[in-house]
Amino acid sequence: MSVTPVTTDSVASTDQPWQGRRAGFGHDMLAEWTKIRSVRSTLWTLIIAIIVIVGFTALISWVVVANWNGPHAAARDARAISDPTSIIYGVAIYLGQLAFAVLGVLVVTTEYSTGVIRASLLAVPKRYTMLAAKVVVFTLVMLVLAEIISFGSFFVGALILHNHVSVSLSDHDVLRATFGAGLYLVGFGLFALAIGVLIRHTAGAISVAVAVAFVLPILTGLLPDTSFFNHLNAYLPEQAGSQIYLVRPTGIPLLSAWQGLGVLAIYIVVLLGIGAYLFDRRDA
Amino acid sequence: MIEARDLTKSFGGKVAVDHLSFTVQPGRVTGFLGPNGAGKSTTMRLILGLDRPSGGEATIDGKRYADLVNPLRTVGALLEAKSVHTGRSARNHLLFLAQTQGLPASRVDAMLELVGLREVARRRAGGFSLGMGQRLGVAAALLGDPQILLLDEPVNGLDPEGVLWIRNLMKHLASQGKTVLVSSHLMSEMAVTADHLIVIGRGRLLANASTEDVIARGSGQSVRVRTPDPGRLTALITAEGGSAVPAANGNGEGNGTTDHAPVLTVTGVPAARIGELAASAGIVLHELTPQLATLEDAFLELTADSLEFGHLGTDLPGETASTGPATAGQATAGQATAGQATAGQATAGQATAGQATAGQASQPSKGSVR
Repeated sequence: MSVTPVTTDSVASTDQPWQGRRAGFGHDMLAEWTKIRSVRSTLWTLIIAIIVIVGFTALISWVVVANWNGPHAAARDARAISDPTSIIYGVAIYLGQLAFAVLGVLVVTTEYSTGVIRASLLAVPKRYTMLAAKVVVFTLVMLVLAEIISFGSFFVGALILHNHVSVSLSDHDVLRATFGAGLYLVGFGLFALAIGVLIRHTAGAISVAVAVAFVLPILTGLLPDTSFFNHLNAYLPEQAGSQIYLVRPTGIPLLSAWQGLGVLAIYIVVLLGIGAYLFDRRDA
Repeated sequence: MIEARDLTKSFGGKVAVDHLSFTVQPGRVTGFLGPNGAGKSTTMRLILGLDRPSGGEATIDGKRYADLVNPLRTVGALLEAKSVHTGRSARNHLLFLAQTQGLPASRVDAMLELVGLREVARRRAGGFSLGMGQRLGVAAALLGDPQILLLDEPVNGLDPEGVLWIRNLMKHLASQGKTVLVSSHLMSEMAVTADHLIVIGRGRLLANASTEDVIARGSGQSVRVRTPDPGRLTALITAEGGSAVPAANGNGEGNGTTDHAPVLTVTGVPAARIGELAASAGIVLHELTPQLATLEDAFLELTADSLEFGHLGTDLPGETASTGPATAGQATAGQATAGQATAGQATAGQATAGQATAGQASQPSKGSVR
């Protein structure tokens, strides 16, 4: 590598046109966008999200169609007719949320694991501002991608099912559930992002997100069938939030679709609030 | 201008920075010197707002770092710890930093060109060598054309070419009137780069003076005297209020000299006066050599009590800070240290690590500084 001589011309730039400009929140958001798009983990995680969600939608829809009127398929066929969306993305979103959780965790924890957090904070020392820019950009980018994935998943599923079941976005609550599936994915990604801010370590934060999404509901499901425990179960982040992508919830839900999403939003706001407070006070 | 006032930081009861106060002036390279673990990096992190002080405050042009508008346009920092995402390209790393400051992408490309990373700008930074990583760090520090620069151990691990590059860069920036604070545990490096020194040990300020002053003040002056009649001379010197002790390695073995007259190390009396005393008493002198301290000596003197590993080794015989040529006594401090710096930083490393090394015993002693 050649050593470039340091000259006055190359370092000094007192008459640059950008000298007087003052950067604002928009610049911070632009920087966060650059960060999120310039690492491979973002691309890979999104590819996995697409494979998992659209893939499982196609696989499950195909299994249903292939075994239509087959032995032991009556209950499933009945469910496909009464609520085709449960076949289309009931399982796919449930599994695919993990990819969004991983992405939410990574946008925060890789800053710590690679040390780039120091460069980030030297550039934007107001930590609430930096975290807000990150959250806003993550939300916007993920919302676009999650909606593309959830609507894509719906159309793939509907196409595979269409010989036996007809389902359209104009059906009752289907548009809400499909759009809601995207919202839920973003919401759970944000939930994981908040955990990432709190824990600051990739493995730890992902473990917590997995536990919340997959383990906690199983454990609370084992609890006695009392009103208290049923409420406890209903108000878990995953249980509450997932109401938004169910057209016909099983049993009588304690929370409506939007109430459930609201509960998830409260979790996110509270965790992000605590995370931001700690982020502001901790040594980076 | 960087200002620290009563700056204090403790980590779980262990004090890393202990009521530190200093200012760093523009237009010169200020060396921030101290043994490993002295609190240099922590102090820099406190100045840069990465760590929250336990007490006191650090300001840049009168403001806390967090209150600076477009901070990278005021302060550029090169931290010792890695601060680049290994999966992100050099260009994208600088680009996102530039965007936070409202700087155009053309500025990023100009910086990549300046540090010689243009060809690898789109390669992932994780594959960079230490030198390339350091160049990227310099590019990030200079991105906003800041008036103030903080460089934490910038030459650590660099090859001689890289060391020279950083050294010239710092001098050049200071000559432009910028404020340059550079930390190092290498005294020899500071001797050739820094105009002013802030020396700390165990988080406390030990010295804040020009490099020359630190050298001059650090260990005082001693005089090496060879005489066949040490007893009488010692009595005369003691009567003058000075002290004369037999020099370690005093017989000059391995010195190439055939003179086996005893050697004294005299402190408290200047060489000229020793000559006068000897002449008036008719004492023969074979050698009369003023010993000028080097920055190494000064540094060791200053930090001896503050080294993390305590006093181990400081009482070993033959404890000398070796300073190069046989006539080192006559060499000026600047020459001696410059000579070392070119020869490599090994001497400095040895001196900090153990102070007494076997190799030094056979070398001509420039006299114990103690």
